[in-house]
Amino acid sequence: MFDSTLNEPFLAPTERATHKWRPVTEESPLVRALLIAVALGGLAFLVLAPLAVVFAEAFAKGALEAVKSLAKPEALSAIKLTLLVAAIAVPVNAIFGIAAAWVITKFDFRGKAFLITLIDLPFSVSPVVAGLALVLLFGSNSLLGGWLVASGFPIIFALPGIVLASVFVTFPFVARELIPVMIEQGRSEEEAALTLGASGWRVFLTVTLPNIKWALLYGVLLCNARAMGEFGAVAVVSGKIRGQTATMPITIEMLYNEYLSVAAFSMAGVLAALALLTLLLKTVLEWRHADQLAATRRH
Amino acid sequence: MHIEIDEIAKSFGATTALHPVSLAIPSGALVALLGPSGSGKTTLLRILGGLEFPSSGRVLYDGQDATGMSVQERRAGFVFQSYALFRHMTVFENIAYGLRARPRRSRPPEAEIERRVTKLLELIQLPQIAKRFPSQLSGGQRQRVALARALAIEPRMLLLDEPFGALDARVRKELRHGLREIHDTTGLTTIFVTHDQDEAMELADLVVVMSMGKIEQVGRPQDIRARPATPFVREFIEA
Repeated sequence: MFDSTLNEPFLAPTERATHKWRPVTEESPLVRALLIAVALGGLAFLVLAPLAVVFAEAFAKGALEAVKSLAKPEALSAIKLTLLVAAIAVPVNAIFGIAAAWVITKFDFRGKAFLITLIDLPFSVSPVVAGLALVLLFGSNSLLGGWLVASGFPIIFALPGIVLASVFVTFPFVARELIPVMIEQGRSEEEAALTLGASGWRVFLTVTLPNIKWALLYGVLLCNARAMGEFGAVAVVSGKIRGQTATMPITIEMLYNEYLSVAAFSMAGVLAALALLTLLLKTVLEWRHADQLAATRRH
Repeated sequence: MHIEIDEIAKSFGATTALHPVSLAIPSGALVALLGPSGSGKTTLLRILGGLEFPSSGRVLYDGQDATGMSVQERRAGFVFQSYALFRHMTVFENIAYGLRARPRRSRPPEAEIERRVTKLLELIQLPQIAKRFPSQLSGGQRQRVALARALAIEPRMLLLDEPFGALDARVRKELRHGLREIHDTTGLTTIFVTHDQDEAMELADLVVVMSMGKIEQVGRPQDIRARPATPFVREFIEA
């Protein structure tokens, strides 16, 4: 048999070069369009639409009404309280998180797996349960709580309880961000610094901290967002005393239940704006330190 | 500096990394700890540098007991297997780290630090790279920077963990000569860990062959080649 194609001339080089092959990891145009549509559609429906509704409701009777509702003493006190709680809970959890991640990644000891599970506990326990546990532990009916109330330092229905509940709920964020980064980086840079004569504290400040600072920043931002937004645990321990122990999320709920929708959504708008602000801060930092971020990636 | 290892043993939990081993390293020698992985050679090196402490036995520096001496006090220039350069610092800052870490009264002034770092960069033949970050260097350049960083503290000895392990064959050959030259100019007692018998035989004055946490043989390269003491040594150097 004679194969006639053998005698055909080869394709001209230009003809050969024009055929574009799709990279193996890339999908066909149809699938790609579909995936993009699903992602954008989901984002618009689940994230952007609710956000837009919040601001639309807040400004339903004009910007003046919205501002007026926020200027009331109760609203101001709620905003102040939420910022204060975040300002205490976030640094506390940053320190706890660094310490926990340090212990877990730099040392080998018995019960390490148990400790890692324990750090995750606040993620799996319902915040309401956590709040109730704090009430049982520190409430005026308990031995410890009774003594604390008698000595003029009440925990439940007061600021310390709200802070404790927020700290509990946001505990895993910083540690969870740091542990994988610190495991990946290993111990050798710290060991090198020690052999060069640096003290433990100096090693932490000049080697460990610069290497984890981005993970730490993400952890702190997540922790902050959750601390400001926490509802369940705080609702149980705070007693929802208007103007005293009602944080922003709790005030929003109370206002909404009273059909004061402009006031409720104005405050919700402030809370959402605070979250957007942290996101913006993160993006600006990333953008300003892009070259440094690239250089510190694993070489 | 003269180093003596006196009946050093080390176990991690149930596993024994080192059976009691003894070894005398003369001042100014270039010594290779040679053996397959798991032979205990890196553990021994880390004990010498103060990064691990032995379960029993003593380390003597110039006849003085140094077993409990802290890693900072030992002043051992240590080059790590993956170099462990500080990735967020420039080459200059990496090399200057040990000088800046000194207590204030013995810390050299900034001009002196700059002079020393420049001199070290010339010694490793990379005078142009002071401002670069480790991620912008080749493997061979990183190894030399790690060496310069270790030398900056004016160490009493130089300890290197698989210093050529991560390099390709040509660069490896080049850097072997580099290490030999640096050893000869500084006169430092130098100990390096390797699993490559060619490297050990070509570079070292004294080769310590290790296996399963024990020292099989200590000797000059030509003596080990001519008269392997145990069947393990014979097989290992022929491989």
